[in-house]
Amino acid sequence: MKEQTPLLIMEGITKEFPGVKALTDVQLNLYPGEVHALMGENGAGKSTLIKVLTGVYTFDEGSVTLDGKSIRITSPLEAQNLGISTVYQEVNLCTNLTVAENIFIGREIIKRGRLDWKEMNKQAKELLKTRLNLDIDVTKLLSFYSVAIQQMIAIARSLQISAKVLILDEPTSSLDQNEVNQLFDVIRKLKKEGLAIIFVSHFLDQIYEITDRLTVLRNGEWIGEFKTNEIERLELVSKMIGKDLNELKSGERRTSNKAFERKRPFLQGKNISKKGKIAPFDMDIQEGEIVGLAGLLGSGRTELARLLFGADKADTGEIKINGSMANLASPKQAISNGIAFCSENRKTEGIIGDLTIRENMILAMQGLQGWFKYIPRKRQIEIADEYIKLLNINPPNPEQLIKNLSGGNQQKVLLARWLITNPKLLILDEPTRGIDVGAKAEIQKLMLSLSKEGMSVLFVSSEIEEVLRTCRKIAVLRDHKKVYEFENDQQITQKDIMKAMAGGMT
Amino acid sequence: MMKSKLFWPIVVLLIILLINLFFDKNFFTIEVKNGYLTGSLIDILNRGAPLLLVSIGMTLVIATKGVDLGVGSVIAMAGAVGAMTVSGANGDSLVPLFTAIAFVIAISILTGIWNGVLVSRIGVQPIVATLILMVAGRGIAQLITDGQIMTVYYDPYTFIGGGHLLMLPFSIFIVAAMLVIASFLTRKTAMGLFIESVGTNPEASRLSGINSKNILLMVYVFSGICAGIGGLILSSNVASADGNNAGLWYELDAILAVVIGGTSLNGGRFYLMGTVIGALIIQSLTTTIYSIGIAPEINLVVKAIVVLIVCLLQSPEFRKKVFGVFNMKQTEKKSKNEGVSIS
Repeated sequence: MKEQTPLLIMEGITKEFPGVKALTDVQLNLYPGEVHALMGENGAGKSTLIKVLTGVYTFDEGSVTLDGKSIRITSPLEAQNLGISTVYQEVNLCTNLTVAENIFIGREIIKRGRLDWKEMNKQAKELLKTRLNLDIDVTKLLSFYSVAIQQMIAIARSLQISAKVLILDEPTSSLDQNEVNQLFDVIRKLKKEGLAIIFVSHFLDQIYEITDRLTVLRNGEWIGEFKTNEIERLELVSKMIGKDLNELKSGERRTSNKAFERKRPFLQGKNISKKGKIAPFDMDIQEGEIVGLAGLLGSGRTELARLLFGADKADTGEIKINGSMANLASPKQAISNGIAFCSENRKTEGIIGDLTIRENMILAMQGLQGWFKYIPRKRQIEIADEYIKLLNINPPNPEQLIKNLSGGNQQKVLLARWLITNPKLLILDEPTRGIDVGAKAEIQKLMLSLSKEGMSVLFVSSEIEEVLRTCRKIAVLRDHKKVYEFENDQQITQKDIMKAMAGGMT
Repeated sequence: MMKSKLFWPIVVLLIILLINLFFDKNFFTIEVKNGYLTGSLIDILNRGAPLLLVSIGMTLVIATKGVDLGVGSVIAMAGAVGAMTVSGANGDSLVPLFTAIAFVIAISILTGIWNGVLVSRIGVQPIVATLILMVAGRGIAQLITDGQIMTVYYDPYTFIGGGHLLMLPFSIFIVAAMLVIASFLTRKTAMGLFIESVGTNPEASRLSGINSKNILLMVYVFSGICAGIGGLILSSNVASADGNNAGLWYELDAILAVVIGGTSLNGGRFYLMGTVIGALIIQSLTTTIYSIGIAPEINLVVKAIVVLIVCLLQSPEFRKKVFGVFNMKQTEKKSKNEGVSIS
């Protein structure tokens, strides 16, 4: 089957947004009757590639060939007419219409100038039964059925347009295991019928279960195309995050944290979870301890951190701070319990762009004090000057608007915002992403010195060597689950961490 | 930075006032008549008092990226409640006056809570949430006045909008007091910082531990109080309450005043003094149009043109194109390319 010519060939695809190259010379070959995974971390370019293929974006360079004919897709409608259908993560059907109406909307069957519902209901039922093994009442409202069924109906809708290429974008993220199995049965059936399926998922287990081949992207570049059963999980992960396996021989050892003797727990979390975000986990953080959170992007690291800060509300679990129960239902409560959180999304969740460095710095402290006890302006300037000097912020002018600063300097201002509150636990979510090497080293150094002074740090990072160098304990997440916890005083190597991130080992 | 924001509005205000001088040599003259200072400038301040108040409240709401469309109706309601409270009162006692003031402030706080709860707790978009009161409030005012113009025969009531203190109209002191309160709250407490922070980036503010819900609630309550007192002045000034027409279109004039004053509808930084200038521009314009005898039919068109000119002058892009000589140094084209995210 693999010997035949590809159904869809994308070659040399390049897509540029103002200031960012989203895709550089990316290719994709899709054969009929295969399930092809598109792999890469968040921001690797998967979504952009899919949007190019479905006509949401137009590409700047490159070519797309479907069925031997060169095509240029300029709108989602055109893509549909060509037989390229997409089912998105969030089902975009109308829950207040019936199943049959959803399947036929926009392509209704008309008999003698009137809608022929009888015929449509019949065809819808038949379609679901023969192609998807789904025997349901198609005259019921869509909202009557579970998300999994809704997803199948979305698939049925695209089949009804006689699709050749079916794109499933994160179809399993809101399904439970049974529903996933049900969906996979359908995928296998469609595959047999010769449909070409592109499957996007963060779940490595599912990739290995259902896909035949996979294409790896990283930073908008094409890394390679592999047969799924011929590539080891570990190798796949290293391709995704861009670390050569041979380079992973543990080079530099971290400064050993032998001096770490304080064994007083600051935070003890038990059985914390949030449905669809992260499976129940336990988490203990000692005073003055740096705990690393490793895992692929999208593995649930940020979700875990946000639950500890109250940025999202947990469904289950309890958290003890200094041994007594704490209610962390909102950031405000977490902050008053001595927890601080630097978000990975500096622009949307960190900086207040129109305000000055000074105002951004004192914000959390002022929030803690309440609106009435305003920190006197003179004191504000003193504080700002102090932290500008301490963190080496450029330009050293407290009245500069923060939006005019470079990424690294913005990050330092946000760090200052939290350090001013003198937290007991500082959660740093990818604090070193997108900033230059110098600033990176400064932030790592700062973390170590803070921990010596007794501050605990929860450090989320994609860079394993960074985690190894700074952390005493490392928790690893995979597929929205905390899967391992290492004490970093044994001879842990980058390889061990990567293995845990990739999973599939005993 | 404050200076550059205020510069153009002040220029426009001065031009409007100077145009008046051309038609009326005595425009800037202030003389003592019957023991009070009188003159066109005093008149503008006096007549502009309700709009000034409403605009001050509106500034804080707009700074949170919201808008309060209900202020005009609150004016009508406040006037109706005030007039109703003192109807039939005896002019010898001041008690009915203070009762009326208390009722008016209570009802304006209620309207503010209504808007604030809809926006902050239930999450209704501000334009929709306040539209409800814009419609309903006027209806309530009409119910109170029975759809008629209700006349007040209680003399102390007319002091608020028509009386004098230290030779000046009393309403000017009310405006000054509210301006001082607003400035104090926003510049001497952290309220201003929180308002600007929530208006610029609500999520980042929440993650910094700011209770944005309460901030929103407070600005709507403050706006309600401003509008209520404005309504009291307006009704007191004419010694009557008109549920149909009192405060009609005030919300739009107030929004204009705020925007002319340099506060962006996108929320964030706000400029109370700018708003004051903006409201004065609108009021002087109205006065001018009447005093130089422009036909009432084209009144609104003239107003629109002046507002357009102010807005154009506020835009750095426009100024660069028109007065290329100035060669603005600070046009920030950089910021345009930021904020594109790829996923």
